[in-house]
Amino acid sequence: MARKLSMRQAINEAMHQEMERDESVIVMGEDIMGGLGVDWLEGDAWGGTQGTTKGLGPRFGRDRVIDTPISESAFIGAAIGASTTGMRAIVELMYVDFLGVCFDQIFNQAAKFRYMFGGKAECPVVVRTQIGGGFSAAAQHSQCLYPIFTHIPGLKCVIPSNAYDAKGLLIEAIRDNSPVIFFEHKKLYDAETEVPEESYTLPFGEAGILREGGDVTIVALARMAHMAMEAAETLAAEGIECEVIDPRTTSPMDEDTILESVENTGRLVVVDESYPRCSMGADISSMVAEKAFDSLKAPIRKVAPPHTPVPFSPPLEAAYLPDAARIADAVRAVARHGS
Amino acid sequence: MQVSRDKLLEAYRSMKTIREFEERVAKEFATGDLPGFVHLYAGEEASAVGVCSHLVKSDQIISTHRGHGHCIAKGCEVGPMMLELFGRKGGLCGGKGGSMHVADLSQGMMGANAIVGGGPPLACGAAMTAKIKKTGGVAVTFTGDGGSNQGTTLESMNLASVMQLPVIFVFENNGFAESTAANWSVAGGDIVRRAEAFAMPGVQVDGTDFFAVHEAAGEAIDRARKGGGPSLIEVTLTRFYGHHQGDNQSYRTPDEVRNARESRCPLVNFRRRVTEASLLDAAELDAIDREILDQMDVATAAARAAPWPDAAEVLTDVYVTY
Ligand SMILES: Cc1ncc(C[n+]2csc(CCOP(=O)(O)OP(=O)(O)O)c2C)c(N)n1
Ligand SMILES: [Mg+2]
Repeated sequence: MARKLSMRQAINEAMHQEMERDESVIVMGEDIMGGLGVDWLEGDAWGGTQGTTKGLGPRFGRDRVIDTPISESAFIGAAIGASTTGMRAIVELMYVDFLGVCFDQIFNQAAKFRYMFGGKAECPVVVRTQIGGGFSAAAQHSQCLYPIFTHIPGLKCVIPSNAYDAKGLLIEAIRDNSPVIFFEHKKLYDAETEVPEESYTLPFGEAGILREGGDVTIVALARMAHMAMEAAETLAAEGIECEVIDPRTTSPMDEDTILESVENTGRLVVVDESYPRCSMGADISSMVAEKAFDSLKAPIRKVAPPHTPVPFSPPLEAAYLPDAARIADAVRAVARHGS
Repeated sequence: MQVSRDKLLEAYRSMKTIREFEERVAKEFATGDLPGFVHLYAGEEASAVGVCSHLVKSDQIISTHRGHGHCIAKGCEVGPMMLELFGRKGGLCGGKGGSMHVADLSQGMMGANAIVGGGPPLACGAAMTAKIKKTGGVAVTFTGDGGSNQGTTLESMNLASVMQLPVIFVFENNGFAESTAANWSVAGGDIVRRAEAFAMPGVQVDGTDFFAVHEAAGEAIDRARKGGGPSLIEVTLTRFYGHHQGDNQSYRTPDEVRNARESRCPLVNFRRRVTEASLLDAAELDAIDREILDQMDVATAAARAAPWPDAAEVLTDVYVTY
């Protein structure tokens, strides 16, 4: 019988299975068990702010499930150092917004070792982090920021949109010998899909085709993939068939799947929750303009938030975030063009 | 240090306003109508008020994610604060910031801050401004026990010391950072011991005792104003609520929280001290209590009735729009 798990549970199961399989896998971060220093406490006080690390501590012990002080630069750097010397650390940066206090260790250290040391170093670290808006968490707890990481050579970037992908991609990330940044959209933690109990991996650089269609290609990541699917349903009723592609990883990026689709549809809408400048939307658009120019029958359209920080107030945030209606509008405009 | 009658009344009013604001926010949050994350300051009032009662408007403070108390103590108005927490038009930040970013630069309140360790470097900068302009002003940065371990905090202490900046590092040690106990996360046990390493005066005071905080802050602020450089104050206190609203507090016993409300309440302590010493009488404190409760009713009703910000506000206040 097909079993359903939420993305939270799928991520949790992936870590359980990999820790079981490989003793060098460790997990680190703030409050990932919680309650450190409280003598009478047994088990997880928190299991992470989202419960994604629940049960790991009781199962594998505090030697391998390591709570840290609020010192991101030090403990993310330590995870990187440990991963360069024989461990495989999965380290949690609670929200991607906190990257500001630890980025050097990620982009100048982890990302550079292998190249800079002439291929003599490996750094199999995984940095797990929460992204995205939708909770009125305001400007310092709602960003996506994955384009910043995607910009850096030496980092792999994984952005799952569902539980099934999250499990397979996280296991792949843990086994991969390079630094991987694993972005979890906080609006997707409760979303369920069927997830096999056994361990499995999904390869990086292989996009998922969420829906086939011959009229317009929509490329969308994480939560936006769901918005795109919603828009596609609406549009199908109007006679516009969309092909919805979820790249799943932005580094490496599956260019071929996107290009093949655009060669077929001739029309592209890219949806991205990150800021619009130097974004995945901009990156994918330029790639298609460069490599599939002759196939395009309409200008590429990007759907993204405005170039501002994320506002707090619910109606402002709703106006800020891309949604199915805005995606559908963009698709209609692209579909009309030249026909 | 002698505290005048007026100052005492003002301090009580400020602490009680913070308490009732937080109690009201807890209630409103539970209805589901108050968006985002909230971190309540109840139980910690004497720290914000003991420190800020020495400050004038042009002195600057920077707070944390647990910022409502510091805002009120530094003179932010309750009405616009409540509007901000509800995300409404007329909020102190126009509804763009919310609980974790309440700020009022006109009151010398440089903002609550949702990045742990975000404040101390900024306070050094505010102190530099005061020093360069020779205003005699000071900057205060409030940080938690958890935040005491952030690199930015430790770098700031060193910077402030070598540059002899008029900045006061107030560490509010409430025993926990989220669910992690300070007795584990803070190497060396007491945060105050770090003062010596950075060559600045440091004291540890009981945060349930307004007078102790007030005295320690008075000395540190006076020293800073006179060019004596930075100081550290560790204030030990207890938070009455969870880390944020919704925290199940599995790392504390129910008794711990209940007992704290009874034995570690800065307001109860203050009231007992001033009435026993006949400095103020209970009736006038009761009158203040009633006034504040009315004020909260008015602020909450106004916030609930207020319109939402216009959607066009999304695009204002940025340097560049596309
Ligand atoms: C750089 C950074 N790391 C982690 C967090 C998540 N976080 C928010 S508050 C908090 C605990 C802070 O504890 P403490 O400094 O003691 O302040 P308290 O909440 O007790 O007032 C943590 C870990 C954050 N906001 N910013
Ligand atoms: Mg604390």
